[in-house]
Order: sequence, then structure tokens, then C-alpha cells
Amino acid sequence: MSTLNLTAIANSNITALYKKELKAYFNSPIAYVVMSVFLLMAGWFFANDLFLGGKASLRTFFEVGRLIFVFFIPAITMRLLAEERQSGSLQLLVTYPISDMEIVIAKWLAGVTLLAATLLFTSIYWFTIFLLGNPDEGAVIGGYLGLMLMGSAGCALGLFASSLSRNQIVAFVFAFAVLFTLFILDSVIVFLPAGIAGVLEYLSLGYHLDNLSRGVLDSRDLLYFLSLTVLGLAFAADRLADRKE
Amino acid sequence: MISVENLRKRYDGTVAVDDISFEVQTGEVLGFLGPNGAGKTTTMKIMTCYMPPTSGDVIINGRSVLEDSMEIRKSLGYLPEDSPLYTFLPVLEYLQFVAEMRGLQPPIRGKRIREMIEVCGLGDVLSRDIRELSRGYRQRVGLAQALVHDPDLIILDEPTSGLDPNQIAEIRTLIREFGKEKTLILSTHILPEVTATCDRVIIINRGGIVADGSPEELVGRMQGSQRLQIGFAAGSFDVSTAVPVIEALPGVSSVESTGVEGGVALLSLETGKESDLRLDLYRLAAGNEWPLVELHLEQGTLEDIFRELTVGDESVRRTGPASEREG
Ligand SMILES: Nc1ncnc2c1ncn2[C@@H]1O[C@H](COP(=O)(O)OP(=O)(O)O)[C@@H](O)[C@H]1O
Ligand SMILES: [Mg+2]
Repeated sequence: MSTLNLTAIANSNITALYKKELKAYFNSPIAYVVMSVFLLMAGWFFANDLFLGGKASLRTFFEVGRLIFVFFIPAITMRLLAEERQSGSLQLLVTYPISDMEIVIAKWLAGVTLLAATLLFTSIYWFTIFLLGNPDEGAVIGGYLGLMLMGSAGCALGLFASSLSRNQIVAFVFAFAVLFTLFILDSVIVFLPAGIAGVLEYLSLGYHLDNLSRGVLDSRDLLYFLSLTVLGLAFAADRLADRKE
Repeated sequence: MISVENLRKRYDGTVAVDDISFEVQTGEVLGFLGPNGAGKTTTMKIMTCYMPPTSGDVIINGRSVLEDSMEIRKSLGYLPEDSPLYTFLPVLEYLQFVAEMRGLQPPIRGKRIREMIEVCGLGDVLSRDIRELSRGYRQRVGLAQALVHDPDLIILDEPTSGLDPNQIAEIRTLIREFGKEKTLILSTHILPEVTATCDRVIIINRGGIVADGSPEELVGRMQGSQRLQIGFAAGSFDVSTAVPVIEALPGVSSVESTGVEGGVALLSLETGKESDLRLDLYRLAAGNEWPLVELHLEQGTLEDIFRELTVGDESVRRTGPASEREG
């Protein structure tokens, strides 16, 4: 009966949802708050280094950036699925021709895009350094890549947290707890025997971010972030498929 | 064609839908009528592939919701209870989102959106955020959302609940319009809804079907029960003395005291369908010098059926046609 051809272009559904999520971010204060606070904090540490420390480097910025991400990623991912459950719009979304994994991917992409946009604005700092002297380009690229990879893994884990209930606070707390644990793991290992310490070190965010910020691109570090990303997305899709309401 | 086969859905602890089976023919407008908690929403959520059934299946145009949900979704338009739309989006952007989500490509996408705006009367509110709209307009956006991809089957969950009478009339007009060309299933807990819009009614209660047929058929099935209302001036008269005497009258199957209204003590009698006992009752009252002030025969209406079938006691179940329908 239907005269319409519905089989054209694959995944226009992912694009549609992705755009909707970006609009949602910029329709609420969250995107602006996250971006400006990140830029202010990063800028302050950068300027501190530059004027008080007398060194033109992004090292402190990258280190502080990680910690800020531990707070900000949960803040931007907490609404992604919990809000849809809370408002009931999930009832419609999951009856459109889009799979649970496609939903999760579209939302993850939106979160990652927001973080990427935020990082893009910090290129002013990078540019400043470039003007002032001899930046260690490997370290700069590695630092940004590290934050992006952390953002990718963090958004996936945050999405999983957001899939657990209709409560955004629960999603924030859960995602924060996971990220913070991964964040501090490498600082507690000094108290532990070498065997366990090695494992925990590999699990910690800091270990891999440090590797990257030295400008060394190692597949083991990539694998770490990639695994966390895939795991988070898979768990989130799995929770989304389990609809009780 | 839709075939719902032995559908069951159990939530932790409650059985929301208990072994429901029915068929819907292409082009039919079916009303799903039942009190709150009857299992209407749950059945619809399964039909729309929102959640899988605990057991049983729904076959839509030869495809099972269990195995072929992606294909079913494409030919189905759904509006859940309370229209959960993305309220931060302006109307036009929302419709664009849905059309794109539905895989519509330009130029058909634009054409369909314009048609929906026209049909649902959204021209004046296109740039308004959905959250600013009245409930009536919001519902129209919800309908546009369900229809933008020109689905064969439309499922609307309580499409007029929470609307004022004017808005209800508007939405019903739209529903009747869509029902001319499409298979349409709507749920409601208010009776006039189905008589106003549907060719067929399924009455469901406590997760089971208790009646199924056209509104006229269901009224016709009111065999064995006809109600007589009688009222006595309550002042000096004790109705309870009359009850056993009336009960003894041939043809009366039950007598129930329904209280005092405006100084009139009311009794409700159930009698055989064929017998008109009004004259007998008048003579009985006159003979005993009872202060009879009211005597009224109530024809069986859909309202009665609905009320009786959804009380859920056994005597009602017996007269219900649920057992007449198999597979
Ligand atoms: N998510 C849920 N968890 C547990 N019980 C539920 C849930 N949703 C509905 N129910 C129960 O299932 C029954 C049917 O509900 P529902 O399908 O919403 O009925 P209706 O739409 O006819 O009002 C009710 O008793 C309701 O309390
Ligand atoms: Mg309901």
C-alpha cells in the first residue's frame, strides 16, 4: 500500500538521532556550562604555567583536563538515556526502525562530539605555545588524543550508567564512581604487591594517558580505550534492550 | 492483517495480559476498551515492538514481532499514552526528526511533512517549541508523528485522554479521517470514544478479553438482562419490606437497593429480556399501597455491558461472550 520507498540510505536514523541529541545539548545550559567551565579552568592552569611558571607547555593543561573530564563526562552523559526513560519518549524512540545498538551509538557520538568541540576551543592555548616557541608536537597531539580516547571510553561508560534507571543523578554518580576509580587506580598501586599492581596499572586511565602524552602511540594503549568504549556501548545496548516499563 | 496469538505478559508479580487472542482485518478501526490497568497499554507496547511478550506472538502482515520487528516497525505508526514527544524541539524540527528517523528521503520527506502539517492543522505553530503547545496541539503533533511515513497500521494509546471537549472532537475527527484508509487500533477507558470512532470494540478487563464485536452486536448480546428502576417516596415507607415481595414476582431475577435520591428510595431490578414487568409492578404497588413514584425500563446499552463486564464477578462473566470466541 505504502507508496514510499523506506529502504533508501542506511542509517539515516542514526544521523537523525545524533542531530537531535546535539540540539538537546545546545538547547539546555549543559553544553555551554561544560564548555565554558572547561575552557576557564584549562585556561587558568595554562596561564599559571605560562606567566608564573615561565614555561610554555600544555602539560598541566592535559593533566588537569583529565580530572575535569572525570566530572564532566558523567555530567554530559547522565541525561542521554535516563531522560528518555523518565519523560517516556523512549516508548516512541525504540519503536522507530532503529536498533538498540544504533540508538546507543548515535547518543555516544553526540557526547563525544560535545567533548571534541570543547577541546577544539582549547586550540587557542596550543596556538599560543606555537607562537611562543618550540612545542613538543608529539606531546601535544598525544595529549589531545589521550583526552579524546578518554572521552570516548568515558561517554560509553556514562551511557551505560544512564541506561540503568530513569534517574539522572544515579547515572551521574555511577559514571563518576567508575571514572574516578579508573582515574585513581595508578596512585593506590604503591601500596600493593607487584603482581596486582601491574594489573591495576594497566586498568588505570593515568597509565595510558601518560604513555600517550609522551607522544608514543602504542597499540596497547589504544586497545585499552577501545575495549572500554566497546564494553560500555555493549552494556548500554544490553540494558536498553531489557525493557520492563 | 493482524493476528494476536495467545498473548501473555507478566511483570514482576502481576500478569498484565493473560492469554489474549484476536484478529484485526485490514482497514478495520478497532477500539480497545477497558478500565485503567486492564492491560491495553501493555498489549499495544507488544504490538509496536516496544517490548516482547512473555509468551504468545503478534503477527502483522505475516511478520512476527518476535522475529521481524524491524520490518514491522516500518509499516506502523504509534502514539503512546500522554504523547511523550521531544518537547524542547519546535514542531517543524520535530517532524523533520521523525521523518528522517523513518528513513524518508528528500523530496518525499518534505512533501510528507507538508501533508501532515496540512492534515493535522499545524501551520500556525510550526516554529513553536512543543512544550509551549496546548494539549490539543501537542496531540495533533503526536498524530502527525505517527502518520508521517504513511504507515498501514496506526496504534493510538488513549489518544483523547486529558483533552477538553473541543479538542476531543477535533482529534476524533482526525482519527475518523485516518481510519477511512488505514487499519487503526485505539485504546480508551471511556465508552463514547469507541462509539464515536470505531467499527469494532474489544472490551478487555484484568488482562483478558470479555467481549468482542461491533457496538450494535454487543448491545444485541445483552440477553437475559434488562433493568427496571423503581422508586418509592422514602419518607414514611421502608423499602426493605417491599424487596422480598418484589423478588417473589415471577420474572424477577434480582433486586438491589441503590439508595435514596431526592427523597426517592430506588430499587434496581434485573428481569428476563422478554418480560415487561412494569404493569405487574404497578399493580403490586397499588395493591399494597406502596408510594410508587417512579418506574422506568432501561434498555441494555453498551454502557451497561461495559459496566457489567468490567466489574469482574462470576455472574457477569457467564453472560459475557468471551467464551464464544476461539482462535
Ligand atoms: N512496568 C510495569 N511493571 C509492573 N506492572 C506493570 C507495569 N506496567 C503495567 N503494569 C501493570 O499491568 C497491568 C496492566 O497495565 P496497562 O497495560 O498499563 O493497563 P491499561 O493501559 O489498560 O491501563 C496493571 O495492573 C499495571 O499495574
Ligand atoms: Mg494505558
